[in-house]
Amino acid sequence: MRTILFLLEKEFRQIFRNRSILALVLAMPLIQLVLLPLAANYEVKNINIAVIDNDHSSYSRKLISKITASGYFRLSGYNFSFKEALQLIESDQADLILEIPQGFERNLVRENRQQLFVAVNAINGTKANLGGVYLASVIKADNDDIRLDLMQQERFPAQPAIGIASSNWYNPLLNYQMYMVPGILAILVTMIGGFLTALNIVKEKEVGTIEQINVTPIRKHHFILGKLIPFWVLGNVVFTLGLLVARVLYDIIPLGSIFLLYGFIWVYLLAVLGFGLLVSTFCDSQQQAMFIMFFFIMIFILMGGLFTSVDSMPEWAKMLSRLNPVTYLIEVMRMVILKGSGIKDIAGRLGIILLFGVLLNALAVLNYKKTS
Amino acid sequence: MKQFITFIRKEFAHVLRDRKTLLILFGMPVVQILIFGFALTNEVKNARIMVMDLARDAATQQIIGKIEASRYFEIGAFASDRSDLEAAFKKGTARLAIVFPQGFNEQLQHLHRAQIEVIADASDPNYATTLTSYISSVVQDYQSEIAGPAQPPYQVVPQLRFLYNPQLKGAPNFVPGVMALVLMLVCVMMTAVSIVREKESGTMEVLLVAPFSPLVVIVSKAVPYLLLSLVNVITILLLSVFVLELPVKGSLLLLFAESTLFIITCLTLGIFISVKTSSQQVAMLISLMGMLLPTILFSGFMFPIENMPVPLQMISNIVPSKWYYNIVKAIMIKGLGFSSIWKETLILAGITLVLLVVSLKSFKIRLS
Repeated sequence: MRTILFLLEKEFRQIFRNRSILALVLAMPLIQLVLLPLAANYEVKNINIAVIDNDHSSYSRKLISKITASGYFRLSGYNFSFKEALQLIESDQADLILEIPQGFERNLVRENRQQLFVAVNAINGTKANLGGVYLASVIKADNDDIRLDLMQQERFPAQPAIGIASSNWYNPLLNYQMYMVPGILAILVTMIGGFLTALNIVKEKEVGTIEQINVTPIRKHHFILGKLIPFWVLGNVVFTLGLLVARVLYDIIPLGSIFLLYGFIWVYLLAVLGFGLLVSTFCDSQQQAMFIMFFFIMIFILMGGLFTSVDSMPEWAKMLSRLNPVTYLIEVMRMVILKGSGIKDIAGRLGIILLFGVLLNALAVLNYKKTS
Repeated sequence: MKQFITFIRKEFAHVLRDRKTLLILFGMPVVQILIFGFALTNEVKNARIMVMDLARDAATQQIIGKIEASRYFEIGAFASDRSDLEAAFKKGTARLAIVFPQGFNEQLQHLHRAQIEVIADASDPNYATTLTSYISSVVQDYQSEIAGPAQPPYQVVPQLRFLYNPQLKGAPNFVPGVMALVLMLVCVMMTAVSIVREKESGTMEVLLVAPFSPLVVIVSKAVPYLLLSLVNVITILLLSVFVLELPVKGSLLLLFAESTLFIITCLTLGIFISVKTSSQQVAMLISLMGMLLPTILFSGFMFPIENMPVPLQMISNIVPSKWYYNIVKAIMIKGLGFSSIWKETLILAGITLVLLVVSLKSFKIRLS
């Protein structure tokens, strides 16, 4: 026990001695948490639309003014040829092209049916999809108006109508930041914990101080614990600061128990730190450790469901994301903070993370023994 | 010149000796392009939804059948009680719930009106919106089916055409994005760390007192990484064409030229960081922790830049990967030529120049 205390004193001293790193470690995640949620915004607005009106009728003009009035679309070009409109798409100045054919109004009245042509830049699927959906709904509303207008007093034939009453739970105002902030915080805590531990042991190897520790009677698990605890504390500090930023700046107050959040983070940090330690026992240089961590962290982030949904991934990728601790943290953060999920709801995930923690740390201790 | 080549040789030997790092450097882009190219998509597929059918009649069965048949949804469970819904949402086993009220079919037949309740877990707002709109379109389909041939008069039908990516795959968006991300971070980290490392171990002093300009030292450090990164570009493109079936529509030569420019920009950024820092840890923390998320977010492949507040849009302009992402997208996916990306090219060149000048200046100050 005393050995661990001494080791801890040494590690903490080392951390506090290097002020610039300490400041970096605390400030960087905070700055990112303040700025990045503002950038990670997928609210669909500002869809740029280029309109080619070959009809110039009162209907076509009405449709166009409805589109611009809907709040989702921004007219980026009007009355172009298709070729010119395509150029707007090529240069990313337009996302959608709407072409109203010649004789649209006349033919609609005569033939009872008319087509509109919509071309969507589909490189980015979400924007294309949502843009298409919104445009279709504006066109439909306009269509209903035209019908009313043309049929005047005539009655619609009795048609079965199915109404849909939709409600949005947990985030009724569809505030995107409520969703992003807990996820980004999860990533930042992971990065801090993972990188710092991964670099730490390797640095001792590189500088040669690890030899000195190896010749002392310090037990292996003492050494690992001595490395683990300081960064575990640091991870908690970053997490706490992050929760404060979320509360003060984004008005996000956890619906569920704050103790549950901390309980999960405590176990989770053990797992991530264990992973960092394991990586560092494999490497000979800080550069190697960093590249390996970079490789995993990038996969962790992009496969963890922060930006794209895990549900939409193919089966093999879903399995992969189940091996990714970050997936669980992001899920649990969003569950407890936004939905108020309780211990029963997250028990399974907590168990898996605990398993990760035990496994990774055991491997780190084992692997460390081998190298000495 | 001979000196320069000797230097590059030495750096190459350094890089090639470290097999582990080499393995990671070449393996990383392969694994990442494959995983992300296949797995990442903004499309909604197989969303787990829950059905609470209080009517259990012909109409609800048909609608449920339609929902099941759509590739957007996967019916995870049937609920009998409202508390089941809440429990499922809180456990995260369902993203949306559909409730059919009692006597649904009767109401539809006799009153010609019936109501469905759709409850979405809106903790993910876009997912909720998209799922709700997909459910409405399934219901609408059903509605026009039972209405039979009697279509409403004066129909305006939008014909939708998806340009560049008719199957709405994730790859055309994510491959250029991941290229920009991987190249940027790998290049920046490599140079940043390798120069600081010499400072930390003291070998830099030796190099600096030697009779050649610091420029030679720095450039010869960057050259091996430039070549390595070009190999990475080739690997990524081969994978993209032969495995992800995403061919390069425009000029391959142009793409290589632009990639070289971008790699040089990133190497210069790495040099800049290494000049400004004094320990490997700081250099790494800045190039990795400080740049990973911003690069993902400000490149524009995850979130549309025009949605961001103006100050952040301005920040995005100094992120080199944003310009490179636009360039790759234009050449690879849209098949455009130099005339449509000259602006991006100029900006990248400008950023490189500024970084280079600033780095050289600070470097000289350190010498005195």
